[in-house]
Amino acid sequence: MNTALSWIKAYVPELECTDQEYCDAMTLSGTKVEGFERRDKNLEKIVVAEILSIEAHPDADKLIVCQVNIGTDTIQIVTGAHNVKVGDKVPVVLDGGKVAGGHDGGPLPEDGISIKAGKLRGVPSDGMMCSIEELGSDRNMYPEAPEEGIYILKEDAKPGEDAVALLGLHDTVFEYEITSNRVDCYSVLGIAREAAATFRKPFVPPVVKETGNGEDVHDYIKVEVKDPDLCPRYCARVCKNIKIGPSPEWMQRRLAASGIRPINNLVDITNYVMEEYGQPMHAFDLDTVAGHKIIVRRAKDGDEFQTLDGQMRKLDRDVLMICDAEKEIAIGGIMGGENSKITDHVQTVLFEAAIFNGPNIRKSAKRIGLRTDSSGKFEKGLEMHNAEDAINRACQLIEELGCGEVVSGMVDVAVPASDRKVLPFKPEKYNNLLGTKVTEAEMKEMFDRLEIETVRDEAGKTNLVIPYFRQDLNCDADIAEEVARFYGYDKIPTTLPAGEATAGKLSYDLRIRQKAEDIAEYCGFSQGMSYSFESPKVFDKLLLPADSELRQAVTISNPLGEDFSIMRTISLNGMLTSLATNYNRRNKNVRLYELGNIYLPKALPLTELPDERVQFTLGFYGEGDFYTMKGVIEEFFTSVGMKKKPVYDPKAGKPFLHPGRQALIQYEGTVLGYLGEVHPEVLDNYGIGARAYIAVLDMPNVIPFTTFDRKYEGIAKYPAVSRDISMVVPKEVLAGDIEALIEQRGGKLLESYQLFDIYEGAQIKQGFKSMAYSITFRAKDRTLEDNDVTAAMKKILHGLEQMGIELRQ
Amino acid sequence: MKSKLEQIRAKVVSQIMDCDSADKLNEIKVSILGKKGELTDLLKSMRDVQPEDRPKVGQMVNETRAEIEKLLDERKAKIEKVVREAKLKAEVIDVTLPASKSELGHRHPNSIALEEVERIFVGMGYDVVEGPEVEKDYYNFEALNIPADHPAKDEQDTFYVVNGIGAGEILLRTQTSGVQVHEMEKGKLPIRMIAPGRVFRSDEVDATHSPCFHQIEGLVIDRHITFADLKGTLAEFARALFGEETKVKFRPHHFPFTEPSAEMDVTCFKCGGKGCRFCKGSGWIEILGCGMVHPHVLEMSGIDPEEYTGFAFGVGLERIALLKYEIDDMRLLYENDIRFLRQF
Repeated sequence: MNTALSWIKAYVPELECTDQEYCDAMTLSGTKVEGFERRDKNLEKIVVAEILSIEAHPDADKLIVCQVNIGTDTIQIVTGAHNVKVGDKVPVVLDGGKVAGGHDGGPLPEDGISIKAGKLRGVPSDGMMCSIEELGSDRNMYPEAPEEGIYILKEDAKPGEDAVALLGLHDTVFEYEITSNRVDCYSVLGIAREAAATFRKPFVPPVVKETGNGEDVHDYIKVEVKDPDLCPRYCARVCKNIKIGPSPEWMQRRLAASGIRPINNLVDITNYVMEEYGQPMHAFDLDTVAGHKIIVRRAKDGDEFQTLDGQMRKLDRDVLMICDAEKEIAIGGIMGGENSKITDHVQTVLFEAAIFNGPNIRKSAKRIGLRTDSSGKFEKGLEMHNAEDAINRACQLIEELGCGEVVSGMVDVAVPASDRKVLPFKPEKYNNLLGTKVTEAEMKEMFDRLEIETVRDEAGKTNLVIPYFRQDLNCDADIAEEVARFYGYDKIPTTLPAGEATAGKLSYDLRIRQKAEDIAEYCGFSQGMSYSFESPKVFDKLLLPADSELRQAVTISNPLGEDFSIMRTISLNGMLTSLATNYNRRNKNVRLYELGNIYLPKALPLTELPDERVQFTLGFYGEGDFYTMKGVIEEFFTSVGMKKKPVYDPKAGKPFLHPGRQALIQYEGTVLGYLGEVHPEVLDNYGIGARAYIAVLDMPNVIPFTTFDRKYEGIAKYPAVSRDISMVVPKEVLAGDIEALIEQRGGKLLESYQLFDIYEGAQIKQGFKSMAYSITFRAKDRTLEDNDVTAAMKKILHGLEQMGIELRQ
Repeated sequence: MKSKLEQIRAKVVSQIMDCDSADKLNEIKVSILGKKGELTDLLKSMRDVQPEDRPKVGQMVNETRAEIEKLLDERKAKIEKVVREAKLKAEVIDVTLPASKSELGHRHPNSIALEEVERIFVGMGYDVVEGPEVEKDYYNFEALNIPADHPAKDEQDTFYVVNGIGAGEILLRTQTSGVQVHEMEKGKLPIRMIAPGRVFRSDEVDATHSPCFHQIEGLVIDRHITFADLKGTLAEFARALFGEETKVKFRPHHFPFTEPSAEMDVTCFKCGGKGCRFCKGSGWIEILGCGMVHPHVLEMSGIDPEEYTGFAFGVGLERIALLKYEIDDMRLLYENDIRFLRQF
């Protein structure tokens, strides 16, 4: 909300402070000032000048030479403007002064434009006459300004007087961020009330008298509200013999400062009261209201209605309409209809000040696609009493400004308003909550300024009676906040919570994840983050079959677009997209990992929350291969105490991976994830022009196998005995099979084994490969004898032969 | 005999002094002291010496032998020294050649910032907990005093999820505040927790917005917790995160689930509060929202607001990361360009 400080000061006449002081104090008492701008910024040495004579320029057809009286002196000004005549009073910037902008009305330069005396085509000019654009404004806000040329001041302007003051520009516009609970502060009066309380100055709101010509408004209009839940109050008043004309200058200036364009007296009064009271009103031409009857009811599904901006609007049964005896004439609280709008020929005006249900207005405006100043105010939920005050204020202005004749009385259809809220006064509780020692007297003084009455009841207890406009004050904590605001948040002491000390910790899962981060980084992988939602097209890019379970995803009903429409069920798209980004940017040897959720629905449509599973996803291209990735996985397992040997099953069945280079990762019979080389078709789909490898671990499955417990197992005292075996192995026999056999048959003495050579090629017969293992035996309690080892080796060798493996000597 | 000895001695001494390699020195040693060495031979010829002269001659030979051995050792040490020095001289390397390192990976700036925040609060006795990202309306809104039709629901631009009949509204959480409710419902008091996590709002992607970002929620519930405690705790946090000199300012604000509520500003860490372009001249930077837990929120989660009070706060993780590391575009955080990540 934007408001000129002068308007606030109209209701807090004793307020005196600099702009910065006002900004700081209001922000600290809870009315946050987002920023402020002086309206006379860069307007320097600008005075009223009276044109005494106009002569043609000797050397330029388009220029004229004027002698002007600036009060103290007569100076000569050369100008190219042709809308001035002798006797006009115009704003003139003197030598050494400044204006805010150029005459073309473009963006205002930060430091304005300096004006110096000089010569125009050889004729001296001691200053410059100003257009409204040069004064930093425009014809929207100063509609009386000429379309092109110099701004002509009022006739009674005195030469030498401050022209900026005459234009009402010695003012500052403040922009406020009003919080949603302070509906009362979406109004000039609300902010002024806060300003008065903040600066401890009297608050002087306008005195609204009920006006009227003695006729009864009920003879002019009947009102029926069929849906009081959507319209708890409807006030109507009538003004006749309307004389449309411009509104007074002071009103125009105040509206302009708030960014509202002055139109005519009737429109301006409505807008003025909307700003002042925060209450939107609507004016109908009563002569267009059939049967002189207003009916407030819901629209019907499929109805169409032309709003006063000429647009056709689609309605439904949740949209509240204002109707006359025959037809719909306005969308309640949002916009009036073309069929009842005020024209310059209006005779009699029907004013409406209603209270509409906020949420319904918000939803209706959204559905219709029409958010107006009016709907913006209503959707916050206006207070019931405000409507009456506002409509009376508007009628008073109509009369005061000579805009028309006000018919006495008000048609008021309302559900009973609730009484003012009463809360017990609990000074100790407020202090206990705040950690302060504010005295009762101080509190009462604050409440006074906030118009909260302190009243003693029959039992001698003090109660607080809350004013109607403070819909936000409902409990002790709310009152404590009032105390805090006016005591000063900055004065509340700073302490640390007492009470028993607690030992803070990370959850176990988080500790394991941090370990995963550490290991990934030791192995050269950097951490990425990608969005949780993606496009359903991802499933095709990853070559998932049509019946894949992974295609069953949680769907967002109002996504930002298809690309963000489903919650990921697989973490690979983010990883491959990131690798592709890097590949396209020619980054070499890129290694990334991510720890993030996938979301697996238990049923679709959702009947309960989906299963959120953290995935440890690794991916790289560049140096390294399948076994590099396998190494990272095993380093991680070791670091979280998983000492057993994982099993790698090449029949992983992942369509997005190279069919011959993929494996499920199993640990004690549980599948923990998979790894492999990305399928070349998938690489193409993502635009990655290099072999890429990925691994995914499902952390909820990994965590049960992890531990941070470590036990010292001693360091071997006796020497080990190693035996090397060299084999010719059928190609389809996996190293894993051989190792399983060694483990199974090695007996208690088997300490370790290591593949130290593998070869396929010329010297080896077709369909076979050569492999060599070194097998190590050791006893904890003695030095091994040859025959200890020979027995174990015999078993191993026998087993290998049964697998079709030939031993080489 | 004596002259022979003298002759050998003179020859050997000059040989030793001229010798410049360990091998040659060894040859000299063998030729004199070896089994067939000259001195050994001389000793063998002792039998030709008169018995009464033998001790004297023996002594002479032994003295000479000792002298030669000493000279040999000295020479050996000297030669070794020369050799080592030559070797060292030959092994000079260019220490300015590039280092060979195993390239480590880098942590995401969000994670680095989060770990700093976690370390600060764990140190103050807070547990780090988590909650679901796809959430029920109740936890994200209703239990936080944001009933159906509350304007705050619209302000937060919620993503909703297609859900089955009877499941209630399911959405992507717009704030981590729901974790407060989950924690309170566990019924274990006192509570000191922070809950970091991912949240979602339907904001189009640009330099300062992302539909998916992170928050860190904080909650303390105990007897006698005051607004002064909230101020003290968060001031401590700000100093730990941004430096000892950091000052804080609390401004009244409104959140449906806290009362009184506040926003906290910290002195601009670029200019120290003097005012600069970074803080738009104000000297302050808005950093978080906070407040005393609303009694109605306590009540809904089964905590008696007459006995217990508490405070809560919520920090935008990206906001901290962007400020602390001077990152000027939020999109960088989700692109995962390795040249960006390597800078952290």
